[in-house]
Amino acid sequence: MAEVTLKDVRKIYPGGVEAVKGITFDVPDGHFCVLVGPSGCGKSTLLRMIAGVETISSGEIRIGERVVNDIEPSERDIAMVFQNYALYPHMRVYDNMAYGLRNRKMDKAEIDRRVRDAARILEIEPLLDRKPRALSGGQRQRVAMGRAIVRSPKAFLFDEPLSNLDAKLRVSMRVEIRKLQKTFGTTSVYVTHDQLEAMTLADMLVVMNAGRVEQIGAPLAVYEKPATTFVATFIGAPAMNLLTMSGAEPALLLGNGSIPSEGAIIGIRPEDLALAPPGAPADGGIALPLTVVAVERVGPESFVYGTLDRGDSIIVRLPGTHAPAPGERAVAVASRAKLHVFSADGGRRL
Amino acid sequence: MVENRPFGNILPHLILWIGIAIVAFPVYLAFVGSTHEPTIIANGQMPLLPGPHLVENYYRTLFIGTSGTTREPVYTMLLNSFVMAMAIACGKIFISILSAYAIVYFKFPLRMTAFWVIFITLMLPVEVRIYPTYKIAADLNLLDTYAGLTLPLVASATATLLFRQFFMTVPDELVEASRIDGAGPFRFFFDTLLPLARTNMAALFVILFIYGWNQYLWPLLITTRDDMQTIVIGIKKMIVTSDALTEWQIVMATAMLAMLPPVLVVIAMQKLFVRGLVETEK
Ligand SMILES: Nc1ncnc2c1ncn2[C@@H]1O[C@H](COP(=O)(O)OP(=O)(O)OP(=O)(O)O)[C@@H](O)[C@H]1O
Ligand SMILES: [Mg+2]
Repeated sequence: MAEVTLKDVRKIYPGGVEAVKGITFDVPDGHFCVLVGPSGCGKSTLLRMIAGVETISSGEIRIGERVVNDIEPSERDIAMVFQNYALYPHMRVYDNMAYGLRNRKMDKAEIDRRVRDAARILEIEPLLDRKPRALSGGQRQRVAMGRAIVRSPKAFLFDEPLSNLDAKLRVSMRVEIRKLQKTFGTTSVYVTHDQLEAMTLADMLVVMNAGRVEQIGAPLAVYEKPATTFVATFIGAPAMNLLTMSGAEPALLLGNGSIPSEGAIIGIRPEDLALAPPGAPADGGIALPLTVVAVERVGPESFVYGTLDRGDSIIVRLPGTHAPAPGERAVAVASRAKLHVFSADGGRRL
Repeated sequence: MVENRPFGNILPHLILWIGIAIVAFPVYLAFVGSTHEPTIIANGQMPLLPGPHLVENYYRTLFIGTSGTTREPVYTMLLNSFVMAMAIACGKIFISILSAYAIVYFKFPLRMTAFWVIFITLMLPVEVRIYPTYKIAADLNLLDTYAGLTLPLVASATATLLFRQFFMTVPDELVEASRIDGAGPFRFFFDTLLPLARTNMAALFVILFIYGWNQYLWPLLITTRDDMQTIVIGIKKMIVTSDALTEWQIVMATAMLAMLPPVLVVIAMQKLFVRGLVETEK
């Protein structure tokens, strides 16, 4: 049990790539922190620095009370689950899980007890004598989890552990990981670029972009009040519609005096929009006339792709399958309360 | 391309059998020759069926030797060859796996230089550096010793490169998982890398054993005493010049015996050898 604290952590790879550009945050004891961001934003690098398999260029990482910058990974009291599982191919499942404990010179009976406990919890008892080669992807994933659990570490670190699984398995493993983490109450840092995973697992969501933190918060808070246009488009699917408006246009549209004169970016989530017949009044909200370009019906909902008369493309998410046909005209309406307003450069929420 | 035509297989099989016959026939003749009296071959009438002197000839070959130039019995030659081939194969594997480990997993000054120097020695086989190597071996009093016979052949760029190539395919995550599991460099090497490299080592062992077994030029230079002779050289010495009578039955028996250990090694290692050549799974 421990909190994980990062203070202005940076990573400059030999060769000059600055992968992590000064990150500060703090995962409270027992919390599940999810690092999410696009490919190449430095999530894995950050996680690997916490694990100790990557050196820290500057800054400070603490696990519990200890500064771990110069401590070997095995001494940091963490366990890591890798994307490709990284099981030892020549060892049986049992030995894969026991290996770390044996290296710590733990008592044989205690090792056996821990391995069997973990195997029971993960329901992999029948697999203990197999080699990883003879396991399915999901089973390997469980073994990797088992290897983490047996150490009863201060923190679990996960690097996209589910991304090699098929969609269905991913959902059930997601639920299971969450359940396990709650059972053990172990502080966890979880890297993913799947925002559904991020939203469902996190107590605390850290959205990263290009080596920096864009926003930290509870998943729903981040969804409801994205701090930047990057977060706004990254969290939520389909992505939030952004309309860049210059000069006095946004102020007029919103009837709001606090909009700076150089303009603003207005964000509207597809699910906050509704379609009305052409010419419908705004009714205290905003109304955007559009021409329907395409419609996708996925069953419980439909996505309507349109082009606004002002030129932008827009996506509207409608419940059910009832939607206008391509080529038809319509008006997208939204209430003012649902609008997100960002500074013209997208870097700040107004 | 997998086709299944009942008669389409005949031609490939025919070609295979012709190939096998071409390779196997001389071996068969050698075997036949080793079972007859010396006079029969010397008369130039090579029979096609084995004769009655098999046990007698092989007994003489192994424990007595020819009455002419090489008086050593062939079993000492076999022993010398075996020691040499084993030492070369094991030594090469030992040294090259360690150097590859250092080059792939450790950062030290001049690492790439070391790598390139090893790489360049590919262009310097024993034959090219034979004089200086002989000089060094002689100065170190290594003539007529097993050390002299094997050490100069032990350094191997090829094996180092092969192991380097193999180590580079081992996922980084495995190294990291090992570190997190508290395995230092030694443990990682013995617990993870060696078991993974097992099939590659077996394949390499087969190749290197045969390489060592077939050495001719270097043993010829470095050994002078009869009891340090290897079997490849022994055969050569048995075939004497025209005035004396070559004891062909002994020569043939020696040739058969010389072929045996490499064949046994290949058979013993066959499974691992093939896996080492084709396996991709990590
Ligand atoms: N060993 C390395 N040497 C140099 N640059 C590196 C190294 N590893 C990663 N990088 C660079 O650092 C940046 C961040 O990489 P990182 O692996 O942390 O991204 P990520 O957020 O995990 O991406 P993904 O979602 O694709 O896994 C990338 O631009 C990458 O090219
Ligand atoms: Mg990554």
